[in-house]
Amino acid sequence: MHMHKFEKIWLIFGVTALLVFLSVLGVSAFYLGNQPPSCLAVVDPTKVDEHETFKEPGLKKVEGKDWDYELVFVAQAFAYTPGTVEVPLGAKVKVIATSKDVIHGFGVAGTNINMMVEPGYISEIVTTFDKAGEYLVLCNEYCGSGHHLMTSMIKVVE
Amino acid sequence: MLKSSLNIKVDRRDAKLVMAHFYVAFIALLVGGLAGLLQVLVRSGKFELPAGIGYYQILTVHGVVLGLVLTTFFIMGFQLAAVSKTAGTFTNKQRTIGWIGFWIMTIGTVAAAVMILLNEASVLYTFYAPLQAHFVFYLGLTLVVVGSWAVGTTIILKYAEWRRANPGQPSPLLTFMALVNTMMWTVATIGVAATVLIQLLPWSLGLVETVNVGVSRTLFWYFGHPLVYFWLLPAYMAWYVMIPKIIGGKIFSDSLARMSFILFLLFSIPVGFHHQLLEPGIDPAWKFLQVVLTFLVVIPSLMTAFSLFATFESYGRSQGATGLFGWLKKLPWKDARFTVPFIGMLAFIPAGAGGIVNASHQMNQVVHNTVWVTGHFHLTVATAVVLTFFGVSFWLVPHLTGRKLTKKMNKLALIQGYLWAIGMTFMSGAMHAAGLLGAPRRSSFSEYGGAAQAAEWIPYQIAQAVGGSILFIAIILMLYIFVNLAFFAPKGEEEFPVGEAANQTEKAPMVFENWKLWLGITVLLILFAYTIPFIDLIKNAPPGAQGYKLW
Repeated sequence: MHMHKFEKIWLIFGVTALLVFLSVLGVSAFYLGNQPPSCLAVVDPTKVDEHETFKEPGLKKVEGKDWDYELVFVAQAFAYTPGTVEVPLGAKVKVIATSKDVIHGFGVAGTNINMMVEPGYISEIVTTFDKAGEYLVLCNEYCGSGHHLMTSMIKVVE
Repeated sequence: MLKSSLNIKVDRRDAKLVMAHFYVAFIALLVGGLAGLLQVLVRSGKFELPAGIGYYQILTVHGVVLGLVLTTFFIMGFQLAAVSKTAGTFTNKQRTIGWIGFWIMTIGTVAAAVMILLNEASVLYTFYAPLQAHFVFYLGLTLVVVGSWAVGTTIILKYAEWRRANPGQPSPLLTFMALVNTMMWTVATIGVAATVLIQLLPWSLGLVETVNVGVSRTLFWYFGHPLVYFWLLPAYMAWYVMIPKIIGGKIFSDSLARMSFILFLLFSIPVGFHHQLLEPGIDPAWKFLQVVLTFLVVIPSLMTAFSLFATFESYGRSQGATGLFGWLKKLPWKDARFTVPFIGMLAFIPAGAGGIVNASHQMNQVVHNTVWVTGHFHLTVATAVVLTFFGVSFWLVPHLTGRKLTKKMNKLALIQGYLWAIGMTFMSGAMHAAGLLGAPRRSSFSEYGGAAQAAEWIPYQIAQAVGGSILFIAIILMLYIFVNLAFFAPKGEEEFPVGEAANQTEKAPMVFENWKLWLGITVLLILFAYTIPFIDLIKNAPPGAQGYKLW
């Protein structure tokens, strides 16, 4: 099979660029630890209110962990609990969420906090709030007729 | 390529079968386009749906009718035409199987559509459990898939017959390409058929109480990503084989075209996790592996881009073009059969770049489920693919109906293409921008409790409405052209353009026709990418989820 010289050059350039790109993703993921949220813990979706973590949603200070606070959200059609929460500026926070009914999308506008929330699973992401302001929490996965009304607010305060 | 089997005209009986598919496809374009118009208007905040119709009901119509019905019917029809043209007229038995498939798909489509219109299935085209639609909706979708398998059988039988009649010869390029896409579709649809038949149907009938959400999503996306390549490969067929003939040039290389299709077969399927990057329950290492496999389609994509532009440049230079870009002037810009698909090719450049962002292990987090993604696939499927399908219709429909594309229709077709480009620039551009600011996809108009961030998105939503309205005008124009070409255009002969390779003496290597090898590698890659994480999803499953009807 004949391949034109220019096509060879083009493909060598392209494949090299691809390898560099994938290496960057790989180093970021496995060396720097930038992995997408992939918590493997589960919860009974009918017993979320009795679960250790989810019986008191909201912000909690924790000791002896890599993060300073845990911010727990419970999602259900069509609301988040808590509906508003204050977080101190600069805090390193583990956001933990689950759903009581269908799939929701936990997205916080203006941040990189974005994760699927699925019944039966716990979703987690660690982040640092280093800019003061009001951040809208919304649902970015269709969950029913009130999907676009499902909100919360994270207020990062000094 | 052997000339003996190349029909000058597609047989009238085969043409009827193809046109049956196209009628359904273009009715879907009307219905889905209207739904799209209503969506952008609602989301601008200036318009409300009358008579208690729900935004998400309309959105389900839009996704199902355009993403599943228009595409599947057009592609099946187009591939039947390409095979009948290049491998010979179907036998009566093959054609009958094709008709059976067509009717099964059509019955399935009607069943699903009725359930959506009755508001029993406002679950969007991804129908994520535990939102639970009426069982007839799932049954209808199953019939669409099963019917498509029957139509695919027609193509496979014809290919096998051709190979038996021409031992040791590589199959005609268009037939080869249609076969690759049919096989990819068949392997991919097993996933969606499995989740619907094993999980969702029994659950929606009340035979089982709960559903395993992680498993159903994984099976869906095992199908969902190759679905987009199933849309794309027929456009590539037109780009590789038909466009060179339309401009008067040659196919850059027959063998490399085959190789790129084989690579798409291998690397389209074991990659669904890049749609599930932000999900719990899947180990990030497996996600990363599928990200790497996802990016391997960059190689055939680069080959395709090179081939197309090499064809364009070679043709321009053969016409005496000089300078670095002089050849661009020699291309037949006044011919809608070329220009409309060319707009699609151009759109595929930013579309591909955006796709790289979406599939990236980390960057996905910025854009996942934002309206950026909607902007992305309106460049890929709703511009690159659909404009190519329109460009194909301009000659294929009159070829099949024994009519001609008149100068006047050609001009309207060009205007249609330009309008599409303008409308999509506004709509998709605004979607990309708003998505980066965090605006979600699949959401009705909302002020989000007066949040300042949400207020910033509204100007972009108005731009989307402007773009979407222009697109709707383009759709009406396209339907007018289709009806003209199907029923009213003057009788005549319209050419079915099939390009010839630049190098006629080079025979494509026979290894490309070794399906045990290619399907074997495809299956191995799938097993490699999915077995362990899939077992994990079952073994570590949480208690199942019960169904909800929340609309």
